[in-house]
Amino acid sequence: MIALPPPKADILARRAEIVDALRAICPGEATISEPISLKPYETDGLTAYRQMPLAVVLPSTTEQVAQVMRYCHLNGIRVVPRGAGTSLSGGALPLEDAVVIGLMRLNRILEIDFDDRLAVVEAGVTNLGITRAVEHEGFFYAPDPSSQLACMIGGNVNMNSGGAHCLKYGVTANNLLGLRLVTPEGDIVEVGGAHLDAAGYDWLGLMTGSEGQLGIITEVTVRILRGPEGARAMLAAFKGTEIAGAAVDAIIGSGIIPVALEFMDKPCIHACEAFAHAGYPLDAEAMLIIEVEGSVAEQDELLARIKEICARFDPISMRVASTAEESMAIWKGRKGAFGAVGRISPDYLCMDGTIPTGELPRVLKRMGEMSDEYGLKVANVFHAGDGNLHPLIMFDANDPESFRKAEAFGADILKLCVEVGGCLTGEHGVGVEKRDLMTVQFKAHELDQQRRIKSAFDPGWLLNPHKVFPLADAAPAA
Amino acid sequence: MTTPLAPPDEAGVAEAIRAAAAAREPLAIEGNGTKRALLRPVQAARLLSTRALTGITLYRPTELVISARAGTPLAEIEAAVAERGQMLAPEPPDTGAIFGAAAQATTGGACAQATVGGIVATNLSGPRRITVGAMRDHLLGIRFVNGAGEVVRSGGRVLKNVTGLDLCKLLAGSHGTLGVITEVTLKVLPAAETSATVTVAVPDLAAGVRALSAGLGSPYGVTGAALLPQGHGDLPGPVALLRIEDFASSVAYRTGRLREDLAPFGDVSLIGAAASVPLWRAVRDAAPLAARAEEAIWRVSVRPSAGPGIAAAAEAIGGRALLDWGGGLVWIAGPATEAAHQAVVAAAAAARGTFTLFRGPEPLRAAVAVLPEEPAPLAAIAARVKAALDPAGVLNPGRMRAGG
Ligand SMILES: Cc1cc2nc3c(=O)[nH]c(=O)nc-3n(C[C@H](O)[C@H](O)[C@H](O)COP(=O)(O)OP(=O)(O)OC[C@H]3O[C@@H](n4cnc5c(N)ncnc54)[C@H](O)[C@@H]3O)c2cc1C
Repeated sequence: MIALPPPKADILARRAEIVDALRAICPGEATISEPISLKPYETDGLTAYRQMPLAVVLPSTTEQVAQVMRYCHLNGIRVVPRGAGTSLSGGALPLEDAVVIGLMRLNRILEIDFDDRLAVVEAGVTNLGITRAVEHEGFFYAPDPSSQLACMIGGNVNMNSGGAHCLKYGVTANNLLGLRLVTPEGDIVEVGGAHLDAAGYDWLGLMTGSEGQLGIITEVTVRILRGPEGARAMLAAFKGTEIAGAAVDAIIGSGIIPVALEFMDKPCIHACEAFAHAGYPLDAEAMLIIEVEGSVAEQDELLARIKEICARFDPISMRVASTAEESMAIWKGRKGAFGAVGRISPDYLCMDGTIPTGELPRVLKRMGEMSDEYGLKVANVFHAGDGNLHPLIMFDANDPESFRKAEAFGADILKLCVEVGGCLTGEHGVGVEKRDLMTVQFKAHELDQQRRIKSAFDPGWLLNPHKVFPLADAAPAA
Repeated sequence: MTTPLAPPDEAGVAEAIRAAAAAREPLAIEGNGTKRALLRPVQAARLLSTRALTGITLYRPTELVISARAGTPLAEIEAAVAERGQMLAPEPPDTGAIFGAAAQATTGGACAQATVGGIVATNLSGPRRITVGAMRDHLLGIRFVNGAGEVVRSGGRVLKNVTGLDLCKLLAGSHGTLGVITEVTLKVLPAAETSATVTVAVPDLAAGVRALSAGLGSPYGVTGAALLPQGHGDLPGPVALLRIEDFASSVAYRTGRLREDLAPFGDVSLIGAAASVPLWRAVRDAAPLAARAEEAIWRVSVRPSAGPGIAAAAEAIGGRALLDWGGGLVWIAGPATEAAHQAVVAAAAAARGTFTLFRGPEPLRAAVAVLPEEPAPLAAIAARVKAALDPAGVLNPGRMRAGG
């Protein structure tokens, strides 16, 4: 279990009074203090870590958020913001002496403008909720994390989430125009707006991916895009991961940026096939799912070019969808990958490092060796075009030794990612999970530089203070 | 100012900054100085230039990344990626014509070349910004020296990275006030096989922006959407331009569909690649604005539907406008007076947009706010962020805001 900062005894002692004060701001059921009702907030998508909070508030306006923040600021109370709680890095993990601010009641869509191609939504609107609100005009919100049915735009902004289609459309940061936020001191400010590239420091860019360290986001202005005429996928299976990696390089080198380019290794292919019966080739060492967009004729032309490139790499098989249904069948296994691995092993850790794509064969080989050394299975599914790996390490949560090994294996994988020129996290964030690995990627003075920037926003280190930075010195940096 | 400092390496930059911080002697920061006349004049004891930090340090076409030291001429990078059929997608403008006279004066007549560090530090993007993102969206990694003389890295050389606070975004567009950028890693993309432009002769600017919105809201992947109020070629009135870049067959198909869809907005015609490429270069560099030497230039960014209102404000001060980014980016040329500036500021504020006084005589730039003021709580955070990166306040003081 990861270390959490010691709770402030005086805050714990004042719990009843604090709950009353919070209830005066967020009345009735919008302030939660009963243990049974607090229980759902003790963890997030990283369920290995649990901690009950002091209290939970569910404000329904920005003004309420500001009042709660001001009260907590004046009273030195720690705060943990929470969207849907799907973080895979423990980003929404509470603290014993912290108030959790849940944003789910801020769930209104405030404005949709198809001419200016933007939507203004509150932080608790789900990712898919935005697309649902604009799809009748053929528009969509581009970043599409697999958790999009549940995760909220406020969480997406704070994690700078990506999705299967970000090779073409970019991640959250590339699809935002403006934010309304509450500072740790309780002031309401707006950054960006309905326009591009606000002059001055790029607060919008700095807030994005800041993991709830700098402020509470209450409203987001996103860009919405008109969808393509159509999209279609193909599948190509290869005899080796190295060969599949070379095929990926050749596709991108040819000047084609497919809208999605997903890679699965053998253990993952087998898990998905057993689960989804998608017709994946079981003799393949590696498989690519490649999706292109455009009119039917354009799709045909692009798929023909890609097929021709893949054919140069001695594929075991290739399958080009000829209809939307066949495309869906190809995607079916990939979309169920996490569930499929979950069926083989009830417990798994999903890692998220990124590597330069050229390092793929070396990294997969080394990961295989580590898997043998640790005696734990690993399945790999990832966004091949951008090198964002998702190794799923399978373990047994009832066996503490197995969990310890899984964590050590995961840490070794991430160290390897950094060693080959990549990074600890491509889209899931540092959270508590990778906090202590930050020293692998950054030097002490670089982390201090980041801490000083956090201090500039949050001088008292009250906002999510136990995340992102190694704990030992996660104190106000002078 | 005494002789400029132009250290040959990053360690030299760090040393120069440490010395300046110890002596509390401010430094003016620049690459080759091509944008020295942008924003506010800096009062500094010495000039620190990154121009001697040159060279491409890594280029992996199949990984879509290129790294270069900050003083590398942008043209050198663009040539290197073009050789492999790739491009810097945000299409950064060449401000040579806008600042030409001023820049040449400071380099003794030689035509200075914009550096990649300068383009990142100013976060300037061209027409393709509307669909592919800004310079800052393509900045994957950065090395910079902060005001304490420490070398700090953020980001990396991979396309997806959310490890720690994103200092790449903070440094991009910070105009040398938070750190001196010494090396950048940029995302590159394949350059399209060919391109073409659909032109629509529109009755007025509002109709023009509606035509651009229809194009940008179509499934055809428009990569440039500009509006020339003064017309183009033999089209005298306002003309909307919509660019498609792709494989040849797609360009043919997509421009065909666009011509059909846009016919209701005005007379439609097609410009082939040979004329389309220089036309967009001109739009990128704001050439159609035809700003006279004595005129000031503003860059106003608003939601696209507010663009025509900004253009009307430009006309009211006796100026002219050029609209890009679907109508949302309005370049204005007009009288270099405080009254004209205040009118532009008021128009931008009324549209809840943003502005930059892009070019103007030094006294004007020193006297007025060249960027929008920030609300008090944000200004307080900004001051603390500045102190967190540049505790002694030696980096480009006053460049963006008076006293900051
Ligand atoms: C099955 C599954 C699949 C997933 N697939 C993907 C994927 O494909 N791509 C991807 O990128 N991620 C993925 N994730 C991870 C996760 O869904 C994303 O990180 C998501 O953006 C989190 O959103 P959330 O609303 O659940 O935020 P939470 O988990 O509640 O919070 C995330 C972080 O943001 C902070 N926070 C939340 N809201 C606010 C706010 N309004 N203001 C300030 N801080 C806030 C929290 O404190 C926390 O640090 C997946 C998760 C699961 C469980």
